[in-house]
Parts: sequence; structure tokens; C-alpha cells
Amino acid sequence: MLGRLLQPLLYSLRDLTPIVLVVAVFQVLVLRQPFPDLAGLLGGLLLVLVGLALFTQGLELGLFPIGEALAHALARRGSLGLLVLFSFTLGFGTTVAEPALIAIADEAAKVAAQGQLIPDTPLARADYAQGLRYTVAVSVGFAIVLGVIRILRGWPVQWLIVGGYAGVVVLTAFAPPEIVGIAYDSGGVTTSTITVPLVAALGVGLASSIAGRNPLVDGFGLIAFASLTPMVFVMAYGVLR
Amino acid sequence: MTAWLDSFLAVLRTTVVDVVPIALVLFGFQYLVLRRPVPRLPKVALGFVLVVIGMVFFLEGLEQALFPLGRLMARSLSSPEFLGLSAPSTAWEDYLWVYLFAAALGFATTIAEPALIAVAMEASRITGGAIRPWGLRLAVAVGVAVGIALGCFRIVTGTPLPYYIIAGYAVVLLQTAYAPKAIIALAYDTGGVTTSTVTVPLVAALGLGLAAQIPGRSPVLDGFGLIAFGSLFPMMTVMGYAQAGEWLAHRRRRLKNPS
Repeated sequence: MLGRLLQPLLYSLRDLTPIVLVVAVFQVLVLRQPFPDLAGLLGGLLLVLVGLALFTQGLELGLFPIGEALAHALARRGSLGLLVLFSFTLGFGTTVAEPALIAIADEAAKVAAQGQLIPDTPLARADYAQGLRYTVAVSVGFAIVLGVIRILRGWPVQWLIVGGYAGVVVLTAFAPPEIVGIAYDSGGVTTSTITVPLVAALGVGLASSIAGRNPLVDGFGLIAFASLTPMVFVMAYGVLR
Repeated sequence: MTAWLDSFLAVLRTTVVDVVPIALVLFGFQYLVLRRPVPRLPKVALGFVLVVIGMVFFLEGLEQALFPLGRLMARSLSSPEFLGLSAPSTAWEDYLWVYLFAAALGFATTIAEPALIAVAMEASRITGGAIRPWGLRLAVAVGVAVGIALGCFRIVTGTPLPYYIIAGYAVVLLQTAYAPKAIIALAYDTGGVTTSTVTVPLVAALGLGLAAQIPGRSPVLDGFGLIAFGSLFPMMTVMGYAQAGEWLAHRRRRLKNPS
């Protein structure tokens, strides 16, 4: 039991160490300054460490086993409608719960309020952040659905990338400039802790249950597409808003 | 203490709301479609509780440590006092320390990224050792380092973000046409994998802090984009690495038997 608690702590420590090292080296050797509010920073880092450890441990215990089992079971069933519904809701649900996206959307709302794009009230900021996150979540759900259809039909992954890229180019021309930056960034943010393992399980499960598909070639490649669609959808959200 | 408790409870409430959709999806499909009970339900329920508590701690720690650290580094490394200037400057060559810090941060966080280590081992196994795990990790880390540093240069100069990203994707598409087929999906995926949950907030804060500091730049228009750079460039370097490896192997073969 102790080992099970210690292991994720060590993993999140490994995630944090390079950041702390680089920042400390620059602060001490280059800037030659002590950290302001060192105690607060250390307390925050401790919270990040413990939070990340609990979070990943919780994923391993609950979300991943049931998610992966479901992905495999539905992939074997072969009902396209169910598969599409599951893919969309899976992409949507995992993205809404993605901690990095929550943090970035809140930050984007603060910046938008300071830039007077939205009224600087807690309600307006929460609205903006939530709109952003739900847009990204819909786009990831859409990407996973297309990715699943791609595996079933055997389309080459490059087609999707070219299509998504064309969407980015076209919408960039029309989107208001202040949404473009956050739109581009939301692509990289979405695909992290929760989404990637579950989507990979879905892809591999599908590719291995269809004759003539190679899980390694057909099962992956979804992630890049799931980073392009948020750019397109968030810019569209900026146009329509 | 009560203020702290209030904010803690508020974060807890929104976090529970954030986790509800995925829980609904999983339990809904399990009970309504598969019509099977969830195996080891207490353990799964405990897992969801841990996810919520972990997210609350993580988001709280982010506000207290990672965002302030990113802002602090952006501010100190670009302050006129540190750079020895009399007034804030807009010349890009005055901010070499910022680019160096961005590159170091990108490199260090990527080379130690556990997800990438796993992908690199897998790739080496699939290709029968043609892709070396260390070579791939270096290629990705260099990609992220160059990407984030270039992203900082863009913020300092205020040049439009779309030029860089659209041109970058054009290079990726061009490389896709010529790179060995086995590496393409892998290269695409490394782009998304590298930007981990801890790195993203710090890098975002670095960009926003930098845009707030440089005269004439606004966080809204110029502050974002570093994460996009960080996920685009590894695709290029990974395919470049595979292309270089193929070209070298080809040349070695030609030198051995010059027909």
C-alpha cells in the first residue's frame, strides 16, 4: 500500500524536477537573486506534486481500466452508431476534465478581461473560460469520431491532417486576431494526461479487431488530428461569438 | 483560514462538475449499452474521488507556484535592470537570455518526459533498432527547445503567429511526403505528447509575462502561441531525424558496393 502511494509521488517528482532545476539555475546563476516568497512557491510546488500524484493514481484505479475495457468491448461489437456516440462523448468528457486546459482557459479569460474583450467580472470570465473549454471539447470529440471512421475505412492519416490544416489556414484569415493565439495553443493543450491513453486504447482496440489493419500503423496518428481540430473550432467560435 | 476554505470548496465544486461528463459517459455505456456491472466498483469509485481531490490540489498549486514562476522568470529575464539597459527595448537581440531560458526549459522537460521515454522504446522495437531511443528523445527535445525559443522571439518581435505556424505545418506536410512511412504517425503523435500537464501552465505564463513586459506588445495579441510552437516543431525534427537516418544508411550502402 505504501509503495502504491509512493510510486505516483516519485513519478510526479520526476515531472517537476527538470522545471525546478532549470528555473533555479537561472535564478541563482544568471539573475543572481533570491526567490521572492520562497515559502509560497515551495508550498505551491508541494500541492502540484501531491495533486498530480493523487490524480494519476485515481486515473489508474478508476478511469483507465473502465475506459479501456469499454473501448475494447465497443470496438469488438462493430455497431457504427454506438461507436460514433462513444467516441464523441469520450473525446468530449476527457477534454472537459483535462487539468491543463482548465488552467489555460482560466488564464485566457483573465487576459481577455484585462484586454477589455469581455467585462472584468468573475461571471463573464467564467463564461468565457467555459465557452472556450466546451468548444475545445466538442472539437476533440469530433476529431475522435473522424479518426474512428478513418480506421474503419482505412483512409491514410495524412488526408485528415491536410484537411485540418486547410481548415486552420482558411479560418485564420477570418478569425478575430485576439482569438488566434489561444486557438493555436488549445491544440497542444488538449492532448495530455487523460485523453491520450483512452483514445489510444480505442484506436488500438479498433485496429486490432478489424482484419487487415495494423494497430501500430492504423491505431495511432489520432493525436495530431485532435490537435488540429481545436484550432479550427476555437477560431470558428471566435468568428461566431 | 475561512477564506482559504471557501476558495477550496469553490474549486472542489467546479472540479466535481468537470469530472461529471466523463463519469456519465463511462458509467452510462457500461450500464445502458453493455448492461454489465462495473468490475471492482469500490476501487473505481475511489479512483474518481482521487482524481477530483488531485485536480483540486493541482489547480491550487498551479496558481501558487507554476504560474507565478513563469511570470517571474519572464519579468526578471527581460527587465531593463538585468539587461543593463536604460529603458525597455524592443530590439530582439537584447533578449538572448529569454530565448536561452525557453530552450533550456523545453529541452529539460521533454528529455525527462515519461510518456516520451515509453514512445521512444516502442518506436525502437517496431523499427528493429533503426530508430534509437536516445536519438528519438533528443530529436523531440531539440524540437521543443527550438520551438519555444522561436516562439519567444516571435513575441519579442511581435510578428504574426499564423505566419510561423502555417509555414511550419507546410514544412510538416512536405516532410510527410518524403519521410519513411513507419515514422509518420509516430512523428505526428510526439507533437501532442510532449506538452505535459506541468509544462503547459509554466510555458503559457512565460509567454504572457513576456508579452506584458516588452513595450508595444499585448498579452491578448502576442502572449499565446508558445504551446503551439512546442507541439509543432517536434514533428519536424522527428521526421528529419528519420530522414537523416535513412539517407545515411543509403549512403553507407552505396559506399560499400559501388556498382
